[in-house]
Amino acid sequence: MALIPTPSQTVGPFLHIGLAWLTTTELATDASAGERIVVAGSVLDGDGKPIPDALLELWQANAHGKYAHPEDAQDKPIDPGFTGFGRIPTDKDGHFRFVTIRPGATPGPGGTRQAPHIVVAVFMRGMLRHLYTRMYFSDEAANAADPILGRIRESARRDTLIAKRAADAAEYRWDIIMQGENETVFFDC
Amino acid sequence: MADPVGYRRAKPGTQPSYSHPPYQSSIKRAPTKPLIFLPHTLSEITGPIYGHDRVIPSDSDLTKQHRDEPIGERISVSGRVLDEDGRPVPRTLVEVWQANAAGRYNHEVDRHDAPLDPNFTGAGRAITDEVGRYRFLTIKPGAYPWRNHYNAWRARHIHFSLFGPSFLTRLVTQMYFEGDPLLPMDPIFASVPDTGARDRMISSFDLETTIPEFALSYRFDIVLRGRAATPMES
Repeated sequence: MALIPTPSQTVGPFLHIGLAWLTTTELATDASAGERIVVAGSVLDGDGKPIPDALLELWQANAHGKYAHPEDAQDKPIDPGFTGFGRIPTDKDGHFRFVTIRPGATPGPGGTRQAPHIVVAVFMRGMLRHLYTRMYFSDEAANAADPILGRIRESARRDTLIAKRAADAAEYRWDIIMQGENETVFFDC
Repeated sequence: MADPVGYRRAKPGTQPSYSHPPYQSSIKRAPTKPLIFLPHTLSEITGPIYGHDRVIPSDSDLTKQHRDEPIGERISVSGRVLDEDGRPVPRTLVEVWQANAAGRYNHEVDRHDAPLDPNFTGAGRAITDEVGRYRFLTIKPGAYPWRNHYNAWRARHIHFSLFGPSFLTRLVTQMYFEGDPLLPMDPIFASVPDTGARDRMISSFDLETTIPEFALSYRFDIVLRGRAATPMES
């Protein structure tokens, strides 16, 4: 007989007490293969106000496009210096910043290939169930054929998932906007 | 590569909505546009296998993290982590946090006029064993007022955070106590429409695991999403 899963509840305003010990804003070590990148941005509510009590969790493949998980059967190298997990609370001004390596491409549904991306889970006070979104990279030609981006019909909405690379540095800007005209795409998964 | 086997999706009513107006903070933070259906790819069915090496046995005893013992009713909270088919979820990280016995969190944002306890931080963690069991020793958290509506009080609760085998099994929830008179009027608890699902969040007093002459025990089993029977269509 199937059991009903335990429902989700909000992390509330005091999330840091239980979750801060595993804060990981530097996903890459000096030993990690790949291009080292910085990603920064803000989490904003429906009034455009910064959200100081949000938490992002990240999950990504290594530079070869391999996940550090037993169900990734691809014949690609594991990077001992890279787990692919990040946990980043927003600061008092709703900002976040993390350092990682640019992930490689990964397999998609039906034999397709997914452009490099980071899977992001979003938690905050006021949110009863966490949301999933994804971050892609503006300087990536493979975005055009990505099977998940391809599910989003309006290009303006697709753009909410694409972090913009700075002209002169390996730094990306990506905001998470909960509501309104530029509302970030979130996934039903 | 064949498409991976995905995870089951929530049945209607068994999870809270993002916008739940009785919980006022949800109003400006819930998405207003429809969510985009995502087939479960390798990116979602994998996930962090994490924290094991950093969790030590004393992390699960919240009464022994300071020089002296905290004030309050000492309790044991234990149970199993299972999937939807009742299979145990072994070696997974469980994180908890809670208010002290007076209903005050050890957090700079908490302005409730109730005493902090210098012997209580209110954070713990454990790794489930081979058959999915975990156990915490703590003190019973107090109820506390909040400003959601006139005379609003949160039912006593302990926050739980779990990972499970994939990024899709990630769960943050709250454990409540059987018989708490505040439960029916707590909009966070009441945000789950399905009563069977809602009741999953209520722990039950358990004489069997009560530690004689030491601590009453509450049992709280947690069910994570289960695997779909067949590969997800793409």
